[in-house]
Amino acid sequence: MGPLQTSRLALRALLRNKLRSFLTALGIIIGVAAVIAMVAIGEGARTQVEETFAAMGTNLLIVMPGSSSSGGARGGFGTQPTLTWDDLKAIQTEASLVSAAAPALRLSGQVQSEEQNWGTSIQGTTPTYFEIRRWQTALGAPMSDSDLDSGAKVMWLGATVAEKLFGPGADPIGQSVRLKGVPFVVAGVLARKGQSPMGQDYDDTVFIPSSTFKARLSPGLGNFLSGVIFVQVRSGEDTARAQRQVSSLLRDRHRLGQGAEDDFSIRNLAEVASAQQEGANTLSALLASIAAVSLLVGGIGIMNIMLVSVTERTREIGIRMAVGATPGQILAQFLVEALVLAIVGGLVGVGLGLFAAQQLSVQFGWPLLVRADIVALATGFSGVVGVGFGLYPALKASRMDPITALRFE
Amino acid sequence: MAGPVVALEGITRVFSLGDVEVHALRGVTLQVARGEFVAIMGSSGSGKSTLMNVVGCLDRPTAGRYLLDGVDVSRQSRAELARTRNKTIGFVFQSFNLLSRTSALENVELPLLYAGVGTRQRRARAAEALTRVGLGDRLEHLPNQLSGGQQQRVAIARALVTNPSLLLADEPTGALDTRTSEEVMSLLTGLRDLTVVLVTHEHDVAAWAQRVVTLRDGQILSDTQQTPFRLDPNRHEA
Repeated sequence: MGPLQTSRLALRALLRNKLRSFLTALGIIIGVAAVIAMVAIGEGARTQVEETFAAMGTNLLIVMPGSSSSGGARGGFGTQPTLTWDDLKAIQTEASLVSAAAPALRLSGQVQSEEQNWGTSIQGTTPTYFEIRRWQTALGAPMSDSDLDSGAKVMWLGATVAEKLFGPGADPIGQSVRLKGVPFVVAGVLARKGQSPMGQDYDDTVFIPSSTFKARLSPGLGNFLSGVIFVQVRSGEDTARAQRQVSSLLRDRHRLGQGAEDDFSIRNLAEVASAQQEGANTLSALLASIAAVSLLVGGIGIMNIMLVSVTERTREIGIRMAVGATPGQILAQFLVEALVLAIVGGLVGVGLGLFAAQQLSVQFGWPLLVRADIVALATGFSGVVGVGFGLYPALKASRMDPITALRFE
Repeated sequence: MAGPVVALEGITRVFSLGDVEVHALRGVTLQVARGEFVAIMGSSGSGKSTLMNVVGCLDRPTAGRYLLDGVDVSRQSRAELARTRNKTIGFVFQSFNLLSRTSALENVELPLLYAGVGTRQRRARAAEALTRVGLGDRLEHLPNQLSGGQQQRVAIARALVTNPSLLLADEPTGALDTRTSEEVMSLLTGLRDLTVVLVTHEHDVAAWAQRVVTLRDGQILSDTQQTPFRLDPNRHEA
């Protein structure tokens, strides 16, 4: 008897008991669907983390000024302006691993349109900043070097601020916004950027040229830079080396001797990103292992039903043996039955899992991420489960004594 | 092929039930010639079921030699016995033992399936066997759509489809009424050139055989030839 006939025989036996076959396969269906959906969730979460960091800008270092120290109380990084405009220029020109650097001068303040006002973060920066952060201008023109050179009173609104001041969907270009009593002209609205990994709203901010910021909002600081410096590293692998390069450059410039503490600090966002990604990977692995357990439970379900089926069909087995079925042929029939249940269940599970993953991706706004290797693995594993858990019942069937089996009521 | 179909020499079969040993067969020597119709009789506990299991290659003797068609089958493995049953023996049981929810044709095909006969030939031979037992018009019927007599005829067709050397009938009329029993016995005895061993405890049924072997306590008590009973052909006119 060939494999084709054995499968046909198995299929016929399964179809004779459709409901039971379906319920048995259901365990595998749910298991495989769970694996695929769960892995898709994990991958979706991971991609979202990646996208969040991509939104922040890639290969970024942030150089922050040092701490103030008064009467022994140290104020923490950023409390004392220690970075200078010359430092910025030096980083731009002397650090070989750095491709670009831009200042981000920061202040919180109230901005007022004619009808509304809103407390937000005011940043002074250069056109390079928007390049480093890959931040597009949605409405109006992007910041240009001439804006910077002229120290123009022009302003770019983050999407949230634009909405708070002018209402959703409005076009505020050319409108006047007052900042500390000084009227600014709205030159552009920035594209929506979303949230930082810490949940901070990137779009709740306004930008003005750094020259204007320096002149109007932080006069009297002289050469000191009242904010941080964003540094873009040429390539992702060089972030750690670039960090050391910038660090030693600044230590030289600040004349810090050996053993002296840095009067600045450098944040490496690539490290933060990889930590977050590791978290997402752990989540992925956790979900996948939970799903794998449910697949295992599905396999035990198959074994359970096959055992019941073997007992219930004892007489049938006796008849088959009497007319000449060898133990091997009986074994093959029951094994193939379990295998067919598992594989058909696996395939339906793949379909269901893909559907669930698609629904979830719509729900959470994630890209649909179904890994072909996971689909293949889940289907293959369900086959292995079928053979693994079908073997014992099939062996039991093949070892029956035909005389006893024929007498079974 | 010359020689007896069944040749049993000093067959014993001992069952161990815990500490107790039950001697079901105590040295049975018996030959059944080709074309013979032998009834094996005996009360329950006489060992006739055990003998039938041994002759049917469903069980192996504890000691003794069993030549089936000249082949020693007494020491064959389970798989070899299965192939022997498939090729050489046809079974008819008291309770028909048809696969439920399976058509008459597929039931009859079953032994050919395990013999590895191709689909088309299997169908043809099964249909032919069913026609031979008068069920040519019931091929696709399920067992529960057939009467008891018809079901037993399906079982007989299944036993005949492989052209076995030996047909073993174990109380084939036990579940049938008198009239149907006669039809089934008539069918069995009408099969030419077939060697039949019939196990029964009913004298009416044994009367159809040429030869009656009676067992008691695992030994042959008597072995007699007789004129077989046949239906009065005139009865069929009614």
